[in-house]
Amino acid sequence: MTYANLYEPPGPRGIRRNRTLAAGVALVLLAVAYFVFVRFDEKDQWAADKWAPLLRGDVWATFILPGLAGTLAAAVTGVVLAGLFGIVFATARMSDHRWIRVPAAAVVEFFRSVPLLLLIFFAFFGSFALLGTNISAFSAVVFGLTLYNGSVIAEIIRAGVQSLPRGQREAAFAIGMRKGQVMRLVLLPQALRAMMPALVSQFVVLLKDSALGLIVGYDELVDRGLNGIAANFSNVIPAAILIAAIFILINLSLDRLAHRLSATRRT
Amino acid sequence: MDALLIESDTVFAAFWMTVRLTAVSALGSLVLGVLLTAMRVAPLASLRGAASVYVSVARNTPLTLVLLFTGLGVGANLGVELSDDIATNNYWLAVIGLTAYTSAFVCEALRSGLNTVPVGQAEAARSLGLGFVKTLGLITLPQAFRSVVAPLGSIMIALTKNTTIALVVGVSEASVRMREMIETYGDQVIEIFFGFAAGFVLLCLPMGLAFGWLSRRMAVAR
Repeated sequence: MTYANLYEPPGPRGIRRNRTLAAGVALVLLAVAYFVFVRFDEKDQWAADKWAPLLRGDVWATFILPGLAGTLAAAVTGVVLAGLFGIVFATARMSDHRWIRVPAAAVVEFFRSVPLLLLIFFAFFGSFALLGTNISAFSAVVFGLTLYNGSVIAEIIRAGVQSLPRGQREAAFAIGMRKGQVMRLVLLPQALRAMMPALVSQFVVLLKDSALGLIVGYDELVDRGLNGIAANFSNVIPAAILIAAIFILINLSLDRLAHRLSATRRT
Repeated sequence: MDALLIESDTVFAAFWMTVRLTAVSALGSLVLGVLLTAMRVAPLASLRGAASVYVSVARNTPLTLVLLFTGLGVGANLGVELSDDIATNNYWLAVIGLTAYTSAFVCEALRSGLNTVPVGQAEAARSLGLGFVKTLGLITLPQAFRSVVAPLGSIMIALTKNTTIALVVGVSEASVRMREMIETYGDQVIEIFFGFAAGFVLLCLPMGLAFGWLSRRMAVAR
């Protein structure tokens, strides 16, 4: 989609004016970049010895790859569990029985409106008082990711089922399927397909949220990058830029995947 | 229940900080989001490019990292001092980080809102002789706003919950208070958690209802 309909194609004067404006914009952007450059330079953040460690194999082996493994482990576990939670609670919320439907709705709405960090704190700092034992930071992070994102996924799936033509359900009943079969064999597979882009975006959210593990000391990418690399080489800015780049790369590829899924699955 | 009652003053103070962070960042991200939207559809390729790079970077970076970067990068390394008082300084740094992150989502919502405005609207504006700024500011953007009230509401609710992450730049809001209280009153973990959770539900629920009402009221009949 282009927005060229918002303005006339420029004539000779317009082209000249646009050039001047473009030069002005470039100047402003350069000035900002220069300011940032100079200020970081004063702190020696551009010095080669701050960036060189990021290229060293041992730095990748000690900090970045284990951190990435931690992030991905939490995210993948979170995706699987949140997906299961989502399917179970979406189905429960669409149940014919009020005593299943209402509690399921309450659970989903509650966990959707509580900040993820509070859930993680509750699991991590509250586990000793509740269970008599401390759970690992990993479990606390996965606990939070599952409940929060699971609730959001439940709503996405429910919206997907509701967007299906009514005939699907009626036809399934007409050929003699039972309620569970209708949901499992007819409605859910189509809903998951239709909602794939939204689900993938939610997985991106989940992956980003796994960085909250840093706050409870879970060993993940942001923690390894800023508390590991930056502490050893005092290169906060280069480390932060590298970590951000890794996240952006992963998320953009997931985004692209979502686009491709939505393009091919639309029939 | 005792702990929450005994500490009710500090709990309210913590939630007041949450509300302040939310309100100021919401305002900031709306302004910056509109600006970014205007840049993304501008006739100048350099503006479009800058805005689109900014949006994909801000959207795909974890908020934890964004806020740490504002604290360490903008605060410590750029040497930006917004106040002599450390608490106030951290507060404004958190606002900057939250605004920088949320405005990217506001921009995305507004841009998809622009898609819902019929082409004829902009064409009619141009045929009246309005330039780009006026076409966008007077004709298309106001209509785009009306069609994305509901998504904007979800973004603002997410922002409210995201303010809890401001603790990484040293702002003591609700999540910090909750952690302290769980450590002090270890025997009342459940009450404390549900108390704080209820606080957020109380903040987010009216927002959701208000935005839902507003979106129905503002919907453009086409």
